Amino acid sequence: MAVKSVIEAVREAMREEMQRDERVFVLGEDVGWRGGVFLATQGFIEEFGPERVIDMPLAEASIMGIALGASFRGMRPIPEVEFADFLWPAVNQLIGEAARVCYGTNGSVNAPVTIRIPYGGGIRGGLFHSQNVEAYFFHTPGLKVVAPCTPYDAKGLLKSAIRDNNPVVFLEHKKTYRLVRGDVPEEEYVLPIGEAEVKRPGQNITVVSYGLMVHYCLEAAEQLAAEGVADVEVVDLRTLKPLDTETVLESVKKTGKLLVVHEDNITGGVGSEIAALAADQAFDYLDAPVARVCGPDVPTMPFAQTLEDAYMPSTQKITEALRNLAAY
Amino acid sequence: MTQLTNQTDGQADGPLEEIAAGFSRPLPQGIAPEDLVDYYRRMITIRTIDERIWMMNRQGKVPIAASGQGHEAAQLGALLAAEKDGNCFHFPYYRDLSIKMGAGLTPTQVMLSFMGKEGDPYSNARQFPLQGADLAHNVIQTSNVVAAQLTHSVGYALGCKMQGDDQVIFVYFGDGASSQGETHEAMNFAGVHRLPVIFICENNGYAISVPQRMQMAIGDVANRAEGYGFPGIIVDGLDLLASYEACREAIPHARREGPVLLEMKLERLMPHTTDDDDSRYRPREEIEAVRERDPVVSFGNFMLEQGYLTEEQEEEIRAEARRAVNEATDFADAAQPPDASNLHENVYAP
Repeated sequence: MAVKSVIEAVREAMREEMQRDERVFVLGEDVGWRGGVFLATQGFIEEFGPERVIDMPLAEASIMGIALGASFRGMRPIPEVEFADFLWPAVNQLIGEAARVCYGTNGSVNAPVTIRIPYGGGIRGGLFHSQNVEAYFFHTPGLKVVAPCTPYDAKGLLKSAIRDNNPVVFLEHKKTYRLVRGDVPEEEYVLPIGEAEVKRPGQNITVVSYGLMVHYCLEAAEQLAAEGVADVEVVDLRTLKPLDTETVLESVKKTGKLLVVHEDNITGGVGSEIAALAADQAFDYLDAPVARVCGPDVPTMPFAQTLEDAYMPSTQKITEALRNLAAY
Repeated sequence: MTQLTNQTDGQADGPLEEIAAGFSRPLPQGIAPEDLVDYYRRMITIRTIDERIWMMNRQGKVPIAASGQGHEAAQLGALLAAEKDGNCFHFPYYRDLSIKMGAGLTPTQVMLSFMGKEGDPYSNARQFPLQGADLAHNVIQTSNVVAAQLTHSVGYALGCKMQGDDQVIFVYFGDGASSQGETHEAMNFAGVHRLPVIFICENNGYAISVPQRMQMAIGDVANRAEGYGFPGIIVDGLDLLASYEACREAIPHARREGPVLLEMKLERLMPHTTDDDDSRYRPREEIEAVRERDPVVSFGNFMLEQGYLTEEQEEEIRAEARRAVNEATDFADAAQPPDASNLHENVYAP
């Protein structure tokens, strides 16, 4: 085991997959000599050459569309979008096209593309460097959506995404890139897409989250445990689509109380589906209304520190919500 | 090696000028008289089925169709050049019946597709007719979104290059699609990486109802190629041999030097789709004049005048096409649509 950051884990996963399979290549803005804006592909052009590490013109629709076309030919492209906020020109190729390839050809053509998207706020990124984009893809059949929060999960899941025969939206929370460090095995491993993980077992309240917020949920859970208020179970979805309903339901049925936490806007977010799932399939087990701590319905966290703080779910906001649930 | 040059004056030049001048010339390189008979047969079968599809729409049996009438010569010319080359792949759009059917589908397969029945070779009736993929004949068209196929084709070409295959990729689109940002992005990237892509703009002068003068401030889409660093050629897309010749020249150029844009000037003989009424935006005289330029009629006249066909053979070809299309129509009409249980299949690849 070695302690690594999330960005190092992402880099390792791609490098190993490119060494393992010559069909794998990366393309995006500044991924070559610059090594990517977050240095995810640092050293790649030296190791793999410009044929497999392609610096693209500044045009996101074609980054995704060209990746898709190459995947029709049997390649396994990893397009990188510099920031989730710049993804929108590529959305037709992702939601309109990639998600429908297998279905629309009745299975004769696949689209094994893993699009890597640095996303999320809390970094003073303002309206156009902080966005959460997961709900749009969570809603779209034909896509898989992965959102890890630790170096171990990021590496194992990214390797699985690259090997998957479907388009995978791989969401990397920017704030975790260098902030979150953890053990990563030296030996080869992959983690299956579609499996949530109980990051902290508990008996009284279930918290379901993903990405950066998982770490805040864990902090809140420890605080409540130290205070003797509640023993909170933290479920990290890791994969948003396909959703691991089994792990969520098993936890909710055990604790009887559910809090959903995400940074994305509250309305129509992943949390709405988790709440609906609990209402639909665990109604008889619930001892309290399902609670949500999510981003408010404003267009992304603003630039000013005060406004960003007001937007972002925090350990404190999560702790308050947990206290209310514990007292219910 | 190649005679391809940029065109800026709206006129065909060099060998293409001869082509535009008419049919009274030797056959282009690589073409034998039997190829012409074969292609005339395909053309007549395609036109026969195109007309039948429209009729079946009026009978309520084909929900929607975009007619390819007027585009046959351009598409079959490209297909003929691709077949002669032997290592090409096609990314057509929704008006490319002649590419999709000409590439090898039977009339029955085509009719199953247009009627939305089990056995549609492209998507098993998930998509509009003949959309999806027909890998057996090197064709992919995943979508209805105008110009989405251009970046796909360029990506496919990139994949071929990375795999060491010298396949040449044909991508087809209308004048309407030339306005899309993705068209620019695709051509730009193909130019930068000198990818073996032949961009075929089937310019019929209309994006549904919007005439070319409202779509662009220039007369020739071909001019845009210069901005991407590759040749743009104007071709008489109503002439099968001219279309063939331009594509035949373009293939080795694409393979050795990179992309080519061929602007096939042609006519849309029918409304945009079976749901459209072109009399709302096209003067009657224009519609009538356009029908006088029917590429199927002119190719037939050429075949007869040059003695490649006798009138008797020509009538046999038409009779055989009618018979095949009748049979296909009856078969498809009696066939079943896919079972409802198919709804959930193939959302994801295994």
